[in-house]
Amino acid sequence: MITITDCTLRDGNHAVRHQLSKDQIRQYAEQADAAGIDIIEVGHGNGLGGSSALLGVSSIDDRQMLETARAAIQHGRLGVHFIPGLGKSTDLELAIEVGVDVFRIASHCTEANITASYIEFVKNQGKTVYGVLMMTHMAEPNVLAKQASLMAGYGADAVILMDSAGHLTPDDVRWRIQAIQQLTETKLGFHAHNNLGMAVANSIAAVEEGAQLLDACIKGFGAGAGNTQLEPLIAVLNRLGYRTQCSFEAVAGLAYTSEHYLDCLTPHIGAANIASGIHGLFSGFAPHIKRAAEQFRVDEFELYQLLGQRRLVAGQEDIIVETAVRLSTAN
Amino acid sequence: MESAIPRKRAAIIGSGSIGIDLMYKVMRSHHLDLSMVIGRSPNSEGLAMACELGIATSADGIEFLARHGNEIDIVFDATSAQSHRINDQVFRKANLLAIDMTPAKVGAICVPSINLDSIANERNVNMVTCGGQASVPLAYAISQSFQSLEYIEVASTIASDSAGMATRENINQYILTTEQALRHFSGAGMAKAILNINPAKPGIDMQTTVFAKGSYECIEKVRASVRQMVARVQRYVPGYQMVLEPIESKGHLTMSVTVRGSGDYLPAYAGNLDIINCAAIAVAEFHSACWERTAA
Repeated sequence: MITITDCTLRDGNHAVRHQLSKDQIRQYAEQADAAGIDIIEVGHGNGLGGSSALLGVSSIDDRQMLETARAAIQHGRLGVHFIPGLGKSTDLELAIEVGVDVFRIASHCTEANITASYIEFVKNQGKTVYGVLMMTHMAEPNVLAKQASLMAGYGADAVILMDSAGHLTPDDVRWRIQAIQQLTETKLGFHAHNNLGMAVANSIAAVEEGAQLLDACIKGFGAGAGNTQLEPLIAVLNRLGYRTQCSFEAVAGLAYTSEHYLDCLTPHIGAANIASGIHGLFSGFAPHIKRAAEQFRVDEFELYQLLGQRRLVAGQEDIIVETAVRLSTAN
Repeated sequence: MESAIPRKRAAIIGSGSIGIDLMYKVMRSHHLDLSMVIGRSPNSEGLAMACELGIATSADGIEFLARHGNEIDIVFDATSAQSHRINDQVFRKANLLAIDMTPAKVGAICVPSINLDSIANERNVNMVTCGGQASVPLAYAISQSFQSLEYIEVASTIASDSAGMATRENINQYILTTEQALRHFSGAGMAKAILNINPAKPGIDMQTTVFAKGSYECIEKVRASVRQMVARVQRYVPGYQMVLEPIESKGHLTMSVTVRGSGDYLPAYAGNLDIINCAAIAVAEFHSACWERTAA
């Protein structure tokens, strides 16, 4: 059985500049729950405490988002994303108080040791904790393996690898998972972005190597070119004989009903998203880069290239404006 | 005449990267004499370096300092917030000026470009955080040139190699301390601090961006206020550079600085360690000068 985490109400928030409303969260959480989704992740695109001038101010606060989703979910589990350095322990305490079930504690792929105290804290509260390694294209398989085993050592129930830039190909995914399995027996999951059209293929490669958890969003609604599209993912998994709690029919129905209140035109792989994937930049940068290119009248693609050279991690959105200004004065 | 001023005797407790970088800075100061470097582990790389430079060392931690308190005037505590709370008892007993590099916040918080004068009578001075030393001066300059300031946000990115285990285990404390200092010095009702760690090789320079929301009359006045403040910080932190002058973007006023270190111990990109240490030296030298005046 493959466990599905639906990130529509978290990663999808990137696609609408963190403006998902209470109504949208309530309706989608109810319907996704009824469709048999295992874990429904909710929040600002960058997770708990993400609402900021740097990343975008969300229309409703973390408490309202989580309480709304909590009331809507009956069968599945409610999840949150948390990045130390962006969120604080009070944010985790709030989520525990509201009744979140699954905590996904994330760091850049080489910085796992900043998650230790948070993983231990949530674990001690009796909650399910997954470690999340973001931007995994930026670490070689052997490096990633050490980081994943650190998280397992802190007590994480599973480790999720995120291809936050949508840069990986199926072989890249296989090598990473194989390397991790040499070091630890922890359960593994995979979270893809579709910048290079590889999201479903990469997710399938991950389960073929033994991953047991996959992330997806309805119609791919997520940062940049979007995430793994839930509907074809379930269709392909089932055709290959992998069982999921939600059926293709149920998620197809979810795609239709959510159309009425979730303005997620199926994310389309724009040329800018491809540039993002090729240069290995965080998918959530896309609207920031577009806006900065417009405001300071610089070439969007030149900006992607320069930012790629600076090897930015998620959370360095401030460098986008600085680089755009630098570029505009150089021209 | 510089040589006429008797130097104050300083000790450093904590032989990690902050402590060792401080060691080089104290040795260069014309107002301070480095009497001892104290650690906890006999195998400490930092203690070995101090020893090689001919400085008295001990691996007996705070107990050693308790025995030798009468030989020094100033102690830099570069241990941890938890240890500092215990160490402070010893410092008080020996009547030392304690300069606290940890986020313990036992004493008055100091950002030298803003409130150096007000700490003359303090016996325990807290140096906030590296991100605080980089961003609070800007937040203060903004508050001086705004009519009202609602919100201040600070995002700092530091190189992975410059973030030691103490920082990594204490990110939460880092955020809380930085936010508190931002509110304290700027008067903004709300403050948010964000810390990113970037592993790129070679290491990236520390970069700090400040976002401010509120009302101001004229952006040129704000820019002038910020420029003046940057110059004040540069007097004790030579590597402090404005890379983005205040501009309006997405409903906030945004500005960025980078901090390049002097490369005393860690490479120059570790401006985060440099800036908090430069600030600590500024406090120690200021106190030396005050004592000098009082004595005269």
